[in-house]
Amino acid sequence: MKDAFGLPQSLLVLGGTSEIALATARRLIIRRTRTVWLAGRPSPALEAAADGLRALGADVHTVAFDALDPESHETVLDKVFAEGDIDMVLLAFGILGDQARDEREPVSAVRVAQTNYTGAVSAGLVAARALQAQGHGSLVVLSSVAAERARRANFIYGSSKAGLDAFAQGLGDALHGTGVHVMVVRPGFVRSKMTTGLEEAPLSTTPEAVATAIELGLRCRSETVWVPGSLRLVMAALRHIPRGVFRRLPV
Amino acid sequence: MPADTAPRTTVASVAGWGRTAPTTARVIRPRTYQEAVAAVRDCGARGGIARGLGRAYGDAAQNAGGAVLDMTGLGRIHAIDVGGGTVLCDAGVSLHRLMEVLLPLGWFVPVTPGTRHVTVGGAIGADIHGKNHHVAGSFARHVPSLELLTADGGIRTVAQGTPLFDATAGGMGLTGVILTATVRLQPVETSWMLVDTERADDLDDLMARLTATDHRYPYSVAWIDLLARGAATGRAVLTRGDHAPLEALREGTRARRGPLAFRPTRLPPAPDLVPEGLLSRRTVGLFNELWFRTAPRARTGHLQRLSAFFHPLDGVPHWNRIYGRGGLVQYQFVVGYGQEETVRRIVRRVAARRCPSFLAVLKRFGDADPGWLSFPVPGWTLALDIPAGLPGLAAFLDELDEEVAAAGGRVYLAKDSRLRPDLLTAMYPRLADFRALRAELDPRGVFTSDLSRRLGI
Repeated sequence: MKDAFGLPQSLLVLGGTSEIALATARRLIIRRTRTVWLAGRPSPALEAAADGLRALGADVHTVAFDALDPESHETVLDKVFAEGDIDMVLLAFGILGDQARDEREPVSAVRVAQTNYTGAVSAGLVAARALQAQGHGSLVVLSSVAAERARRANFIYGSSKAGLDAFAQGLGDALHGTGVHVMVVRPGFVRSKMTTGLEEAPLSTTPEAVATAIELGLRCRSETVWVPGSLRLVMAALRHIPRGVFRRLPV
Repeated sequence: MPADTAPRTTVASVAGWGRTAPTTARVIRPRTYQEAVAAVRDCGARGGIARGLGRAYGDAAQNAGGAVLDMTGLGRIHAIDVGGGTVLCDAGVSLHRLMEVLLPLGWFVPVTPGTRHVTVGGAIGADIHGKNHHVAGSFARHVPSLELLTADGGIRTVAQGTPLFDATAGGMGLTGVILTATVRLQPVETSWMLVDTERADDLDDLMARLTATDHRYPYSVAWIDLLARGAATGRAVLTRGDHAPLEALREGTRARRGPLAFRPTRLPPAPDLVPEGLLSRRTVGLFNELWFRTAPRARTGHLQRLSAFFHPLDGVPHWNRIYGRGGLVQYQFVVGYGQEETVRRIVRRVAARRCPSFLAVLKRFGDADPGWLSFPVPGWTLALDIPAGLPGLAAFLDELDEEVAAAGGRVYLAKDSRLRPDLLTAMYPRLADFRALRAELDPRGVFTSDLSRRLGI
């Protein structure tokens, strides 16, 4: 059960090698979290992530999960929920893709969309149903500031996150009153291995800062969290800039 | 069976008085014992828990995804022994109702907490205490027997002194659903209190005064200003008293003509929407300053209504709303006599941290109560309220827990909403007995609450 501060005792991470997810898990383990399920494609990286969390004193399990295989999601997640209540599901999987290559190779662009959007739709619905059955829990969805307005530089990734973001918002409304809380997290540019080699955008942040914002969001039962918080205002302005101008902006 | 005989069932978000961690459950309101039995039998895989008037601050009367039995539909007073001073009533009867009915007959409840809007079932389940704990003990001590609906669907009569009674008293509803209880009452001549008020300049002064003269009063409590710093740290207002005898009421007054009238004042309820951060250091600091300054330095024999003495907050329905959307956390601990240094340290730490707390009270407990999970043990108890949104509060209270546990103390489960589960066994040494009894009585874990899940009780 979550406590008065929204701190979970058990955590399921979908996308168990995500740096943001692991930073969040580390932070929550220091607080209350005792059980962590890391779901992801079996890999040495996943096991290493699990070992890292075990070192902090948590009881960590890994479970094979592939965002690109929606047929398997129900089986995998139901098995995890059968082991006991999950107080928080962190939907953290996603790929950035390579915009230039994806524009040349539609098949690889589709892979970005399938991972970030359709995979999340499937996993999100399965998790939501399980959370609803237990009558409590938070579903935290890692969206992106890129979901707010498509940019020339990364619109394939951005559109997939836009789909995910809209889906998560709708799901949050659908689950309102069921005891399940859905929180959409929109980080700006996060300095991590996913973004190494990319040019840093303004108002960039770190996985640790995102983790802190998630902890605060859980306490306040927020529905939308921007990291850093100032992006909320920046994006509110950017959203209304005319297309012709927005195209020319160096963002 | 016609539809109108089925108990009313709604799916609703359920929270404690602190409004911190709401969860959703099927809320069933049985109106007969048969309906209660049926509700327990059919409560499903996620179990059920009884709920009274929802005054537990945390998640004790919540059951996410399962059933919550709203017991207020079982609210009949069956028998009053006017000569002997006992009452037999349903568990859903509130102490408020008992006072309305019993005061005119010259009887008062044996123990009342800071609110009279609690049910008899809840009072036993949390084994509540009041300002008279140092002489009267907890509520369940005044309950010779009760009827308990257990997990098998049977109804057992449970007498005081049996293991099942001691597990049920303070057992937070986890042994079963209390259906009825017999309560021993205390005689009173009036519905008025004779109150002595004095101010203490700091914590040492306060503890010295309480230690020296508490035994003279059946009711004693001290409001403590946790925002005062420096030399004034722990300054307090002591209010202690007893039921007023008839001759204390002046001849010819309205009070004298109807000495047993129960007329609690009631203000408009707190609004549902209050500005965030209404309770800030500034506002609470101002309140505390005024409260302390306007209290008489020393006044004896002041006549006060029962409701004003025992339940000042009941005058404002839904007062918990003033904490805003974020809700409030109540923290109450007890440490034994000889651990005064722990109390001092915690008061200093809370004061240094500037927690905006305006409902903090310090009290001395009497003998421990027999309930296995009953909270009171002989010693000092401090209760404080803090807005849940205060930054860093989770870690801060964890540190206080460590101090309390290290001093052999414990926190109150009826108020808890955030204890670290691994501290529970140290705080409640009879937890193993409780678990063993529960495993035998309720092997499937029918009686489950968010509290029991969170703490692994």
